[in-house]
Amino acid sequence: MSDYKKIKNKYLDKLNSNLKIEELNNIKTELFGKNGLISNSFKNLGQLKPDERKKHASDLNSIKEELQDKINAKFQQIEAEEINSKLKDEKIDITLPERDISQGKIHPVSQVIDEISSIFSEIGFSVEEGPDVENENYNFTALNTPENHPARDMHDTFYLDNDKKTLLRTHTSPVQVRTMLKGKPPFKIIAPGRTYRSDSDQTHSPMFHQVEGLYIDKDITMGHLKGCLNYFIKSFFEVDKIKMRFRPSHFPFTEPSAEVDIGYEMKDGKIIIGEGDKWLEILGCGMVHPNVLKNVNVNSDKYQGYAFGIGIDRLGMLKYGINDLRAFFETDYRWLNHFGFDPLDVPSNYRGLSR
Amino acid sequence: MKFTISWLKDHLKSNKKDNEIIDKLTNIGLEVESFQKLSSDLDGFKVAKIVNVKKHPNADRLKLCDVDIGKKKIIKVVCGASNAKKNLLTVYASPGSVIPKSKIKLTTSKIRGITSYGMLCSESELNLSSEADGIIELKSSKYLNQIGVDFFKKNSEKVIDLSITPNRPDCLGVRGIARDLAAAGVGKLKDPSVKSQKKEGKQPFKVSIIKSKNQGCTIFGTCLIKGLINKESPKWLKEKIISLGQNPISAIVDITNYIMLDLNRPLHAYDADKIDKEIVVRNSKKGESFRALDNKEYLLDEGMCVISDKSRVLGLGGIIGGTYSGTELKTKNILLESAYFLPESVRRTSKLLNLDTDAKFRFERGIDPNSIEEGLSKAANLITEICGGKISKFDIQKSKKSRIRKIKFDIPLFKKITGFKVKDKEIIRILTDLGFGISKKKQKLHLIVPTWRPDITQPVDIVEEIARIKGYDNIETLEPKKDRTKDTLNKEQKLFHFLQRAVASKGYFETVTWSFTDSKINKLFQEKNKEIRIVNPISSELDVLRNSIFPNLMFYIKKNLDRGFKDISLFEIGPVFSGNKPGEQSTVIGGIKCGKIFRHNWNANERLIDVFDLKKDLFQTLIESGFNKNNFFIRDKTPTYYHPGKSGSVYLDKDDIEPVAFFGEFHPNIIKKLDIKTDALVGFEIFLDRLKISSLNLKEKKLFYEYSDYQKSERDFAFIVDKNIKAQDLIKIISSVDQSLIKSVKVFDIYEGENIPKDKKSIALNVTIQSSEKTLNDKDLEKINHLIISTVETQTGARIRS
Repeated sequence: MSDYKKIKNKYLDKLNSNLKIEELNNIKTELFGKNGLISNSFKNLGQLKPDERKKHASDLNSIKEELQDKINAKFQQIEAEEINSKLKDEKIDITLPERDISQGKIHPVSQVIDEISSIFSEIGFSVEEGPDVENENYNFTALNTPENHPARDMHDTFYLDNDKKTLLRTHTSPVQVRTMLKGKPPFKIIAPGRTYRSDSDQTHSPMFHQVEGLYIDKDITMGHLKGCLNYFIKSFFEVDKIKMRFRPSHFPFTEPSAEVDIGYEMKDGKIIIGEGDKWLEILGCGMVHPNVLKNVNVNSDKYQGYAFGIGIDRLGMLKYGINDLRAFFETDYRWLNHFGFDPLDVPSNYRGLSR
Repeated sequence: MKFTISWLKDHLKSNKKDNEIIDKLTNIGLEVESFQKLSSDLDGFKVAKIVNVKKHPNADRLKLCDVDIGKKKIIKVVCGASNAKKNLLTVYASPGSVIPKSKIKLTTSKIRGITSYGMLCSESELNLSSEADGIIELKSSKYLNQIGVDFFKKNSEKVIDLSITPNRPDCLGVRGIARDLAAAGVGKLKDPSVKSQKKEGKQPFKVSIIKSKNQGCTIFGTCLIKGLINKESPKWLKEKIISLGQNPISAIVDITNYIMLDLNRPLHAYDADKIDKEIVVRNSKKGESFRALDNKEYLLDEGMCVISDKSRVLGLGGIIGGTYSGTELKTKNILLESAYFLPESVRRTSKLLNLDTDAKFRFERGIDPNSIEEGLSKAANLITEICGGKISKFDIQKSKKSRIRKIKFDIPLFKKITGFKVKDKEIIRILTDLGFGISKKKQKLHLIVPTWRPDITQPVDIVEEIARIKGYDNIETLEPKKDRTKDTLNKEQKLFHFLQRAVASKGYFETVTWSFTDSKINKLFQEKNKEIRIVNPISSELDVLRNSIFPNLMFYIKKNLDRGFKDISLFEIGPVFSGNKPGEQSTVIGGIKCGKIFRHNWNANERLIDVFDLKKDLFQTLIESGFNKNNFFIRDKTPTYYHPGKSGSVYLDKDDIEPVAFFGEFHPNIIKKLDIKTDALVGFEIFLDRLKISSLNLKEKKLFYEYSDYQKSERDFAFIVDKNIKAQDLIKIISSVDQSLIKSVKVFDIYEGENIPKDKKSIALNVTIQSSEKTLNDKDLEKINHLIISTVETQTGARIRS
């Protein structure tokens, strides 16, 4: 056996034993350091005869490679072992609680307004707004509800002056007037917002929310009105079928006027929309009265169309099973947390209205 | 409007089932609110049997009875009747019942220490006879099987309750309802024949309607009925009155009420012997007063329509009669009035006097001016039938001729509005049934509007008549087209929605509170705004429009603290008001936070919430909404409700005049005044209307993309500056030394204390320097370092810390 082989076998044995990183470094130096066995063997090659030299060089090279590979492998092995043993010590109780989560909430009224806007957006309505404080003219007179008309009694009005000239709007309909006065037909708008009536009990609150709808163009009929509301109700409640009843009614600013009921039934104390034989009134609507169009300088021989007003809070109550209207405005942290929506839950056409 | 099916059938010949009639009513616009038997005061009286009698332990003359009231229920009743004995069948009144004689409402009460659950009744107490001695003894042959059954048989007829819209005064009478149903095919309207009675002599009182401005009466009809005997109404009439839940009074009163409900024709009966010579319909004079039938004295203003005689006011026209000339059981001669009062006049007077009556309700909606005579005839006939007496000739005064209303109706208008077609013949049939006079000329109908329909004034009203009688079911459902030509939201609305969700995403719960608030709390946040009072608030705690977003938030944060919550984050986005004119409002976001961060956390130190937590939420919200933080400028001037040393106002740009937001701790005085008990309370407000939206949209902004790949260097500086030097100023100064090279400046330490003079502080900053043209060498960096130090030193008097 040549010296080379001896070296090789000796060191392979060493390398197969358990080593620490320093020992391995020592071995590396012993072999490949400046005066290492392998390094010296290479130096000694020059003293050999040319024919021997070639063979020796070749043997030596293969041994060098083998040992180097082995050393590198050993290095990796030791490092891996060291990391593993370190990781064992670093184990923590990962079930400990995270830092405090603070999830915000969007109020159901805001969420429902966004849902409504999303639905009407798809059929081309844009959103208009008007002030909460209105004058008597825009809230009543321009809407064909003259002073000393009993229809005014349908609205318990908050007044801001003794002459009853300024008031808190009792409905969102004044936005119709404002919109039409400042533009030219066609008009296709919805107007969500706060409304006020001096009324307070389980089902009435002195402030509530309505969304007004207005579509004026050349040939808009009650058929379009019915279709629009049918589409809206189905989309809002996210059902394929809805039972809807149009029933004649009276509002001074529409003629003909209608109230719309939807069919429902009670199951385990909860309202199921779209089934059953009970009716629930959810909105008022009609064809905009020619007197109203005249008051806002729209030619009623040329233009006609519909308007509707829907109670937003009521819709939210029905959809999300909220029983008490007044709770909407009482800022009970528990209620807000339960009935509120995640801010990332933005209603949209493509992601759906609600999860 | 209440009535029964049988009453309806006085006017309508129909073989339709009740339910069909009910459905039809709703379908033609006469909404049925309910169709049920009325509950009455007499529901609580049951047939009962005494099953045991004991002596009352504390009273010799009282007995303690065990009473079987049916459904296997035995209850204890204390009774003083001597005839109360075992096995007696009698009448038991449950707690809540009203005893007919005394009108006293029973309650469960203790009698001499023993609780009595109701009482046993005598005949007298039930108004059955005057027998007051002992309790009723019912015949066992008739009542033995009836224990627990209602003693008073209910009027078995169900009552329809309609919600009549204000445009339909005609349907405040049963006949009007019958007419609508007939037009809708439910049956045939019966002929309203009133047999004419013999009339004797002239009506002897002179009646005059004074011609004056704003005379509220245009027609005044009267007749005298002499020699009658007023009495209780006959059974049929009593039943009609009772069936509507009203109490019969006397034949004369009941008959006038009956005609009102039947024909919507209000009438008034005066005791003719109380009238002083004549009847004058005139405007009241200021200061006149009269006692009305509701037993209240009314002080009249000028210009109210009154009925008077020579010496006094007898009644308010169309609203209420007076006690002086009212009829009584002993009345012998009556003057019957049937008149037309103008709706506006009636409404004005009743509003001024705050007086609401059935007559007023009808007159202000509009009574048929042509029903004067019909009303007089029908009532006079009934009165003489029941009470006897002789009818005078009718006296009808008119101050104004009533106009016939005519409408030209284009038949095609119907389809143009409703979208569906009804045959001409059918249209004519419907309008005829509703009482219109019609002549057809080609596609035009010349219509005479029936006098009982004041609501119909123009062609579109005719469209509604045809549509509702035909049924709204006929309207097609046209699918809406899914196209959009205009943006749904404008830029301001988009910003509103973005800010709303941006704030919520920082952990705040959105709330919606009233636009009004308690003036006492509002005052604390009012600043220079004027108080906006509501004239008729719903309560004294909600008496003003809010000048600030905070009063309600403060109120509710206190409520939630009282509920036991400690760490609360709330916000509201909504209007605040600066005046009581339309438009004097602005949209504000108010956020409020209280309590601690990391309360009871195992690996983080809990600490009080502070302004910098809030400032982060505020800034992040603004940045997310598209505003550039590098331009933000903070000043320390804030409204008085903030802590003067721990609050700031935010300007989008240094040169802006108005701040877009305030933030800070609340003033300790406010927290004390509101008695809010919390560890820390901070708030911010953002004024949406002041946020100037960039004219560039996102698409355009994205075009500017600049970055540098050259190496960046960081340098730390510590300056010793006067205490009043603000970090913001230092950062601005350093940033503007060379804007192309200085990429960011961060404050990483503030130090006051040892080794620093008393009026100074040390601010340590980390500055990132990077060129977009080359890698900076040591020389370059040294140059900029020097420049930073010298600039800061000269501009602020600072000294670099060695």
